Amino acid sequence: MKKAKLKEQCMHVVFLLSACISILAVALICIFIFINGIPAMTEIGVFKFLSGTHWRPSNDVYGIFPMILGSLYVTAGAIMIGVPIGTLTAVFMARFCPKNLHKILKPAIDLLAGIPSVVYGFFGLMVIVPFIRDYLGGSGTSMLAASVILGIMILPTIVNVSEAAIRAVPESYYEGSLALGATHERSVFFTVVPAAKSGIMAGVILGVGRAIGETMAVVMVAGNQAVIPSGILKGLRTLTTNIVLEMGYAADLHRGALIATAAILFVFILIINLTFSLIKRRSKS
Amino acid sequence: MKTFNKSKLQSVALRCAAYIAGLLTVGVLLCLVVYILIKGVPHLSLDLFSLKYTSENVSLFPALINTVTMTFFSLLIAVPLGIFSAIYLVEYARRGNKLVSVVRITAETLSGIPSIVYGLFGFLLFVTTLGFGYSLLAGALTLAIMILPVIMRTTEEALISVPDSYREGSFGLGAGKLRTIFKIVLPSAMPGILAGVVLSVGRIVGETAALIYTAGSVAQIPDNLMGSGRTLSIHLYALWTEGLNTEQSYATAVVLLFIVIGLNALSAFVAKRLGKGKV
Repeated sequence: MKKAKLKEQCMHVVFLLSACISILAVALICIFIFINGIPAMTEIGVFKFLSGTHWRPSNDVYGIFPMILGSLYVTAGAIMIGVPIGTLTAVFMARFCPKNLHKILKPAIDLLAGIPSVVYGFFGLMVIVPFIRDYLGGSGTSMLAASVILGIMILPTIVNVSEAAIRAVPESYYEGSLALGATHERSVFFTVVPAAKSGIMAGVILGVGRAIGETMAVVMVAGNQAVIPSGILKGLRTLTTNIVLEMGYAADLHRGALIATAAILFVFILIINLTFSLIKRRSKS
Repeated sequence: MKTFNKSKLQSVALRCAAYIAGLLTVGVLLCLVVYILIKGVPHLSLDLFSLKYTSENVSLFPALINTVTMTFFSLLIAVPLGIFSAIYLVEYARRGNKLVSVVRITAETLSGIPSIVYGLFGFLLFVTTLGFGYSLLAGALTLAIMILPVIMRTTEEALISVPDSYREGSFGLGAGKLRTIFKIVLPSAMPGILAGVVLSVGRIVGETAALIYTAGSVAQIPDNLMGSGRTLSIHLYALWTEGLNTEQSYATAVVLLFIVIGLNALSAFVAKRLGKGKV
C-alpha cells in the first residue's frame, strides 16, 4: 500500500517536471539567442545595426534595415493576397458550400497546410518565378514571387481559424437578419462575418506570424539581394533568409550579427504572439 | 424597384466572390499537386533509391532513411514529454493554478517561434555549447522542442474530451489515480493523441530551416546518431543550392508530397475513428 503511494507521488513529480519543460525551453531559447546576439548588437551599435542600410560582412558593416523592410514588405504582400482569398474561402466553407463538398474541401485545406515549405519554394521557383520573368519582366526572383508564395502558404491558417470563428457565431444573428428581409448573402456578409471579426483577426495575425517566420520558401524565390527593395519586381532579402544564407560560413562578429538578426526576428514574433493572445482573450470575453 | 435590383446585384456579387475564393484556394492546391506529380513521377527511377549517394547518382534514399530516423528519435523524446505535461495540466493541476497558465503561455510561444530561430538555437545549444557537432541527435533534439507544443495541445484536448464519468467509475472501483490515468483515461484519449503525433510527423518531415544548421546536410546515412545526415526536405533544398539535378528535385518533391498526403490521410482516418468512438 505504501509502495503504491510512493509511486503515485513519484509520477506526480514526473508529470510536473514534464510540464515545466516548455517553460525551460522558452527560457533557454531566449537566453541563447539574446546572450549571443546582444553583445554583437552593442558592438556594432544598436541604432547602427537597426537602421543601417548596408549589409557588407566582408567590410564588417552590418545594417539590417533592408532585411527588416524586406520582411515587412513580403508579409504585407502575403496579407494582401492571402487575407481576402482566405476569409472569403472561409465564408464559402462555413455558409455557402454543400455538406458533401465540405467533406472534400476540408482535407484539401489541411493538405495545403501540410505541404513542406521547401516544396512551396520549389513550386514557386519552377512556376511563379518564370511566369513573372516572362510576363512582367525582371529576373523573376522578386518581392512579388515571395509574396504570392507566402500568400498561398498562409491560406490554410487563415481559412481554418476564420471558418471556426464564423461557425461560432450564434445562429440567431443569421436568422434575425433573414427575418428583417435580408438575403442569405447579405445576412452572412453583413451580420455573421462582422460578428466573427475578432476571430478572423486572430487568424490573420497567426498568418502574419507564419509569413514573417517563413524561411525556406522565401529564400528560393526572393532573389536575396541585401539591399532596400526598390520595386515589387526587384529581389529582396528578409530577416529569416539573411540567417539561413550566411550562417554556414559566418564567424566572429558576422555570426553575432546573424544571431542578433534572429533576436530581432524573435522580438517581432513575441509582439505578434502577444497581440494574438490579447485578441483571443478579447474574443472569448 | 431600382434599389431592389441593386441589392440583388450585391447579393450575386457577394455570392460570386465567395465561390471564386473557394475555387481559387482549391485551384492553387490542385495546380501545385498536379504540376509536381506530372513533372516528377516520370523521373522516379530505381537509381534514386540506391543505398549510396554519389555525384553521378543523386540518390534520395539515404535522405529518406535519415528522415525516418529523425522522425523516430524526435518522437521518442517529444511524445512522452508532451503527453506527461498534458496529463499534468488536465489531471493534476488545480483550477486557477498559476503554473498552468505559465505553461500554456510558453507552449503557445513555442508554437509561434519560426523554425529558423529553432535552428539557430539548436546550433548554439546542441551543436556548439554541448559539442554534439552537426548530428542527427542535435537535429532530433531541436525538432523535439519544436513539436512539443503540438503534442501537448492535442493530448490536452483529447484528455479533456474523456468524460469524467470514466474517471469516477475507475475511482469507484478502487483504482488509484495513476492506474486510472494509464488504464482508463489514456486509452480512451488515444485516437486524439495519435492524430497529434501524425501531425507532428508531418512537421518533422517538412522541416528544413531548423535542421540545416543542426543535423547538417551530409548526403549519406551516418553510422550513429552523432553523425550528420540530411533529411528529404534538406535534400531538396541542397539540390536547389547546387543548382543542378532539376529532374531529381522534382522526384524528391514527389516523394515528399506522397509522404505528406499519406500522413494527412492517416490522420483523417484516425480522427474518423475518434469520432466513431465518441458516439
